[in-house]
Amino acid sequence: MTEDRVRELIADVDRADSADGVLDAVKALSAAESTDAIAKLIEVLGYNNPGAAVAAVDGLVAIGEPAVLPLLEQLDGYNYGARAWAIRALAGIGDPRGLEILLTAAADFSLSVRRAAARGLGALRWQELERGGIADAQTRALETLLETTEDPEWVVRYAAVVGLEALATAPTLSISGLPIRQRFEEMIATEVEPSVRARVGLAIERIEAVTPSQGAGVG
Amino acid sequence: MEQFEKISIPSDNTLTVERAIANLQQTEDLGDRYYAAWWLGRFRVREPEAIDALLAALSDEANRSPDGGYPLRRNAAKALGKLGEPRVVPALIRCLDCSDYYVRESAAQSLEMLGDPAAIPPLLKLMEGGIEAAQFVPGKPHLVQPYDAIIEALGTLQATAARAQIEPFLEHPVSRVQYAAARAMYQLTGESAYGERLVVALEAPDLQLRRSALMDLGAIGYLGAAKPISETLAENSMKLIALKGILDTHLRERSIGGNRAALSAEALEIMDLMDSLL
Repeated sequence: MTEDRVRELIADVDRADSADGVLDAVKALSAAESTDAIAKLIEVLGYNNPGAAVAAVDGLVAIGEPAVLPLLEQLDGYNYGARAWAIRALAGIGDPRGLEILLTAAADFSLSVRRAAARGLGALRWQELERGGIADAQTRALETLLETTEDPEWVVRYAAVVGLEALATAPTLSISGLPIRQRFEEMIATEVEPSVRARVGLAIERIEAVTPSQGAGVG
Repeated sequence: MEQFEKISIPSDNTLTVERAIANLQQTEDLGDRYYAAWWLGRFRVREPEAIDALLAALSDEANRSPDGGYPLRRNAAKALGKLGEPRVVPALIRCLDCSDYYVRESAAQSLEMLGDPAAIPPLLKLMEGGIEAAQFVPGKPHLVQPYDAIIEALGTLQATAARAQIEPFLEHPVSRVQYAAARAMYQLTGESAYGERLVVALEAPDLQLRRSALMDLGAIGYLGAAKPISETLAENSMKLIALKGILDTHLRERSIGGNRAALSAEALEIMDLMDSLL
């Protein structure tokens, strides 16, 4: 895709005069997977257009690594809605440079930010860290995720379970997975929401499938 | 039930339970009363004094809107639906006769939440005249009755005898009312054709309508809607709530709660969809 073509696609987003028009234009721009689209896609996260924001997040995740710094740089200036989308993009990209922001975001005021952060914390690409730094980063993610399993909002607890499952089943797991197993067993007994409890059951099943039977992921 | 669950009050909150109850009991400051009524519902304050003060607020005459409405009564009726206290049902039923449309609407919603079938006959009374009577009030943005709230309540309360009265509303010109009728008919018959009507509504051009179809599908737990819900254009938070409604219903029907050995293929599919929206 040429630079000119991307410029045209960006102009289409600006020209669109309806929510559906914006959505179609953002989809086309996302599909270009061009680094020239990053700034505009980040801008779209701040429109009050959930469909377009989903498409922009998909586009930013597809662009991947080059979008990380621009996302981190603009995070502070966002309103809560846009922040949630940006954190979703960072979570989807999985770049470990997002670790600090995701750790902070797990205690955010907005539940959709906490939700996206919890999911993202488990799914970072740990192998991109220096070998010596993996255990430390995973320990911090683990501690935050374990706290997040006590969030008052069910959806944040659900996301924490998904994050913990991803961490426990990561090929690069460099810390003991035992606290995750223990916490899941507690949640099976105490979690009030059937859906969250069911997700814990699934996570336990999946962890058992990748770790030796009594192993509980001790590494 | 989750809707009545206690919500912890943030320590930096401007009100305390005692202060809020006192604010609602006093009659000097209308603004404080109005806010306190909302606050007590928001934080699920179930103390008997709070319930009594909210009940008293249902007959308030002091707080009037320019068009003759009763803003405090609206808030109090809404709050009482969130507290899970059965003794307030008769007072809420009396609110269905209030001259203020929004008080009637709040009362119908709260009666739905409280789940007492004693509300069925008085709710049905508001449906008298059928769809022909269900017209807009001239100069107002609403119909003569809060039909969507009434119909939704009848569905949730399992008012099977009301099917014949609800069904014509599937063709009401107001989309919200159509959806309410589809939702109730699904709850009363279990027929998937009614669920499918709401699935079609997920493609409505208007975001508000899509949101409302999402919430309806979550509320009835229509399994066939899981995939379309994940794909509709709306906020992920709303899609997740709707999918959770479907998963909860499915788990309840299969009575497998947290039984890890028996997750069905459907449950796995819904959870995969939910995971992708986090």
